[in-house]
Parts: sequence; structure tokens; C-alpha cells
Amino acid sequence: MDFEIADDRRMLADTLSRWLAEEYPFALRTAAAYEAPFHRPDKWADLAELGALMALAPESRGGFGGTGFDVTTVFEEIGRALCPEPVLPQLMAVRLLMASGVDVVGDELAGALDGTVRYAVALGELGAPYALDDIETRYAAGTVSGRKSVVYGAPGADRILVAARGDDGRLALAEVDGAAAEIAAYGMIDGGPAGEVFLDAAPARLVLADAAGALQDALDWGALALCAEAVGAMDHAFKVLIDYLKSRNQFGRAIGDFQALQHRAVDLSIEIEQARSITILAASRMGTPAQSRTSSMAKNLIGRAAKMTAEETIQMHGGIAMTWEYPISHYAKRLIMLDAQLGDTDFHLERVMRLAGPGDLAA
Amino acid sequence: MDLSFTPEEEAFRAEVRSFLAEKLPADIAEKVKTGKELTKADHERWQAALEERHWYATTWPKEAGGPGWTPVERHIFDEEAAMAHAPRIVSFGVHMLGPVLLKFGTEAQKAHYLPKILSQEHWWCQGYSEPGAGSDLASLKTRAVKDGDTYVINGQKTWTTLGQHADHIFCLVRTDPAAKPQAGISFLLVDMATPGIEVRPIKLIEGGHEVNEVFFTDVRVPADNLVGEENRGWTVAKYLLTHERTGIAGVGFSNEALARLKRLARETKRGGKRLIDNPLFAARMAEIEIDLEAMKVTNLRLLYEAQKNGAPGPETSMMKIKGTVIRQALNDLARRALGPAAAPFPSEDIEGNAALVAPEHAGAAAAYFNNRKISIYGGSNEIQRNILAKQVLGL
Repeated sequence: MDFEIADDRRMLADTLSRWLAEEYPFALRTAAAYEAPFHRPDKWADLAELGALMALAPESRGGFGGTGFDVTTVFEEIGRALCPEPVLPQLMAVRLLMASGVDVVGDELAGALDGTVRYAVALGELGAPYALDDIETRYAAGTVSGRKSVVYGAPGADRILVAARGDDGRLALAEVDGAAAEIAAYGMIDGGPAGEVFLDAAPARLVLADAAGALQDALDWGALALCAEAVGAMDHAFKVLIDYLKSRNQFGRAIGDFQALQHRAVDLSIEIEQARSITILAASRMGTPAQSRTSSMAKNLIGRAAKMTAEETIQMHGGIAMTWEYPISHYAKRLIMLDAQLGDTDFHLERVMRLAGPGDLAA
Repeated sequence: MDLSFTPEEEAFRAEVRSFLAEKLPADIAEKVKTGKELTKADHERWQAALEERHWYATTWPKEAGGPGWTPVERHIFDEEAAMAHAPRIVSFGVHMLGPVLLKFGTEAQKAHYLPKILSQEHWWCQGYSEPGAGSDLASLKTRAVKDGDTYVINGQKTWTTLGQHADHIFCLVRTDPAAKPQAGISFLLVDMATPGIEVRPIKLIEGGHEVNEVFFTDVRVPADNLVGEENRGWTVAKYLLTHERTGIAGVGFSNEALARLKRLARETKRGGKRLIDNPLFAARMAEIEIDLEAMKVTNLRLLYEAQKNGAPGPETSMMKIKGTVIRQALNDLARRALGPAAAPFPSEDIEGNAALVAPEHAGAAAAYFNNRKISIYGGSNEIQRNILAKQVLGL
């Protein structure tokens, strides 16, 4: 047993954290995240140069990481700084391209890892926000047709990986050129770029004819990344809260002297530690048979803990946290809205129930 | 980051398992599994089996007769013991007084008491709480007045767990009423055969006899029975509490309770369908399972820190809160899963042909009521929150 962070990951975390503090300070972040194109393409390139994307794939595929803990290292820093760069779709694209076989797309993977090719991954639809089974977009004879909804990072993406049903009913993965798709771009309530992707017999290259397994894998890794992002954001929001409880005076004393607030802060700190623990557990089980169930466990617990953090940090701060100017409002929005990405608490709870646990196999 | 146990730790787990399979008496395990009250002889038989292997005084250093386990090994033992339905160790002598005497006791005290703790010749109980001193322990009023080479004790202790079996009690007593509350307290060892001591049972919510009141009327105790210095008993008491912290998460108990709950949910039919296939019930169960999985990792993280730093830190209070909340939630679900079958008062009237459920579930309601205690004793969860707010969050 060893809960130390390995030296190379600590270095990566330090590098990212320093760069985010210097190059993506909060004022810049807020300006970038809520105005078109809702992120900073120049910063995207810098972020890739720092190795944030290379960390998402193993050495055998041209990266320098690729384990669960590499992914959580990157996304925890992204969450701490509330960085709106679309790294999540890039991670999922890397997983999908890796599943498609390096022979076919060797160069594409290189482009994904050095950031020169930016990907969006179009899975969810209006009637199928989370479940792959419900996808209705069609792939037929080199074209895809359908509407993909709330596709993160879609505006400005070089390529879009689309989950679509083939003629045989199987779920396929097709690649569409970003310029060939009609995209209604918008910003998110918590910042960052997304859009509606309208595909009307759009020319597409078939990447995987049977993509169900690869898509599930990409979703598991995406869920893990969101968990780590949430842990980073919760960690930071909690620090801001504790500082505020110590410095804000009412009734002639720091409000942190009041037991009502002390106990709420303690309860919140326990849930944040639980969130950190389940994310560590999920990271440790990526690539094992328990990957899906554990990443769903994590996404469920994170959803609950993130909501508690958002609501409690606002409430314990009081009015100040309701303002656009104060950072907590933005952390709270991100912590609430990430539950609606890649399956919410109920979706993942249901999945935990469906997938047998260790000890349940004999049932 | 590596969450796996070392090969040595895995080998140790296998050793613990085979020991439990071989040495844990089946009749005792059955009582624990079915929630029956254990006799004094049951406790002694199990603890003697542990001591024979030198696995009894797990909180003692090796040279004093302990097994020399690391915090992780102790955790592994606790996990396996709970899953095998071993009785809890009655901790007052071996895990509380033992370490206190090793740290604060005189040579004569160590020589006299420690071997008798190991041999179970002495059964100790704890005289801390009083009717007016619960969470605010330092406000205790039981007086001890020095009279030559004896102390004369007058007052009352309460919540004395298994005091009905005990022949000795360690007490916090007030020796200087003029000093500040914490500064006037001493730690005394008392033979319960001394004239003037009366033990009265307290019947608990579910009907069991677990705790007692102990009354002291002009009880004369040799001054040699003072542990540590006079009026410095608070230091001794606080040291004892750090030992109470280890294993506080009760991971083993929750693992066992969840496994039992899953068995129950598979065995229970509602309208021809298994309860485990009812989405509402399964969702409640899955949510607790997720919380427990997270808590197990949090616990391992704290064990790792304790192993590195030599002692558990105040963060351990988190485990008291989360661990008890999870256990209580599991007890609650088991009681609800049984429905009206949980309602009959556990007795011989509903055994055999009249049984409503498998014996291991018959005590579910009693366990639910009895385990409301776990968020109260050992420092209530509110006291744990005070500790965390001050010592960890710095509020």
C-alpha cells in the first residue's frame, strides 16, 4: 500500500498548476469561458505543449502516461483552476483512437496527443443524453445522419467522432470533419464551449464498425476524468470557504467560531475526502474487470459530493457567493453541471446496481 | 499510488483466516451472528484462544506481550474477525488500561496488573462517565479524598459497559475541587470487591443488559493505586482516548453487515420477486455500498499515514462519524427489508417452527436500536465534529 503521488506525476501536477495560475488566472478564465469561442485556442496549444495531453496515453502509443492516475493528475489541476479548455473530449478521443488500432490511425493519435488536431466526441442526443443503447443517429455508406446534442468542444473542433447506429444495428464510430458538420455553437452556464451538431448525410469515415466496447471504455475514462476534475474544484472551493469562515466577522467574531457552521464545514470536508477516496479507487481499477462498476461508483458519489459542495459553500458564504465576481459562484456552477455530463448520479447508481460487484457473482 | 496489500500482508490475512476457522468456537460465532447475548465465559474462551497465539494484546508492544502488528495488520485482523463473526474484544483491560499502565504505571503496577490482564484473571471496566458528565467529561464530580495512605471515593459512575462481569474498575476521580476542571482529576484503580461499591444494571432500548451504574460510598482504595501523578489524570485519560481511535471506522462490521444485508435481500421475496431486484431497495443498498467503498479507501489512507507517522491523527475522527453513519444505515435497511418480520421481540417463542426469518436476521430490529449508541459513545459524533473543526480545519 502506498498513497504517495509518484514523482513524475507530482512534477506534471506542479507544472500544470503553475502554468494555470500564471497563464490562466481567474479573471482571464472568466472572460474566456463565457465569451465565444468560450475557451482560448492559443492556451489550448500551450496546454498541449506542457504535456497535458501526452499524459493521457501510454508510451507504447506515443504518450507518457495513460494510467488512471495520470488522467486524474491532469484533470484535478484543470478542476482546481476551473480551466474551460476542452481536454475531456480529447481524452475520450484518445481512448477511442487507441481502440481503433494504431495501424489505422497512428498519425491521428499523434495529432490528438500533441494537440494539433482537436477532437469532439459526439455521443449524446436529445432523447439519449447518457445511454449508448438509445442512440438513433445513423451511419450508412460513408455518411452519418442525426442530431447530436450538447457536444462539448464541438465548435472549432478539427474532427468529430460520432457514435451512430449502422445498418446492422450495431453501434459504430465514424469520424466527421469539423468543417463538414453544421454546428450551432454556444457557451455553457458553467463556462466552456459546446454545441448542437446537425448531421445530414455528412461524409464520414468509419473508424470502428462495432464500437460499443470502445465507447463504453471512453465513457468510463471520461467519468474518471470528471471525478478528478470535481475533486480539484471541490478542494479549491473548500479552501476558499475555510478562509472565508476565518476572516468574515459578524456578531463581533469570525463566523467560523459558530458551531452551526463548524459542523457543516466538517461534514462537507468528510464528503470531499470520500470523493477523493472513491476517485483514487476508480483510478486504480482502470483497465481491470472492475473498471466500469468502479468508475460508476465514483461518478455517483462525486455527483452527490459535488452538489453538496456547491450548495453548502454558497450557503455558508452567504450573499457574496451569489455574485458573478466572487469565484465560488463559478465553482458551484461547474460542480453542479458536471453531474449532467456522461451520466448523472442516478444513471450511474442504476449502473452500479446492474453490474455485479465482487461477492455478488455467486448470486 | 498502490492500493494493494503487500504479499506479506496477504499472507498474514490468510494466516488470520485459517486461525479463525480453526480457533473461533462455532457456538460463539453463531451467537454473534444471530445477535445473542454473550456470557462472560464466552468472551473469556475466545480471548484465551487469542492470547494463546499472542494475538490478544494487539495494542501492546511486542516486548510487553503484544504481537507487534503494524496498523495495517491490525486492520486486516479486525476485518477478518468481523466477517467470521468473532466477538469484539472487551477492550477495557487489554486495549485501554494496558497501554495506559505501560506508559504511566509504576513498575509495581505493571508487574501486578499486566499479567493478570493477559491471563484474564482480572476483568476491567471503565469508570469515566457520570450522570452529570457525559460529553463534558471534565466536569465529573466523583470525589477521592486522600486519608493517610488511602483514597476515599464517593460518587457515581454510569454507562459502565459489562460492569456486571468486572472485578476491577479504573476511574477518573476529582482530587482537587478547587483547581480548573481538567487540572483536579486523578486516575485510580479500584478492586470492585472493596466495601461500598454497588453495581446496578441499566436496561437498554432493545432490552439488553450491557451497561451499568456504579455507586461509590466511602470506598477506601490504597494510594498506591494512583496511576500517574495526582491531579494529572486528564493526561492519562486523553492518552487512553488516542488508543480508542484505532479501528474506530468499524470497516469489518460494515463489510459483514452489507454481506448479510445482500443475503437477506436475495432471500426475501415480495410479490414473487426478490427484494434485491426491487429498484428502490437496490438503489438504497447500492448507495451505501458506494459510501462504504469510499470509506474503506479513506480508512486505508489514514492507516497509511498512521503507519508513516507512528500514530493516528485527529483526522481519524472522520472515520468515527462516517463509519457509524454507514453502519447505522445498514442496520436501518436490514430492519426495513424484514418489514413486519422484524417486529417480534427476539425470544425463544419465535425460534424453530415459529421462526419468521433465518436466525441471522432475527435480531435485525434489536441491532438497529442497539446501534443507535455507536454515534453517541466514544465521543459523540458532535464531539468528533468539534475535534475536526478545531484540530483539522483550524476553525
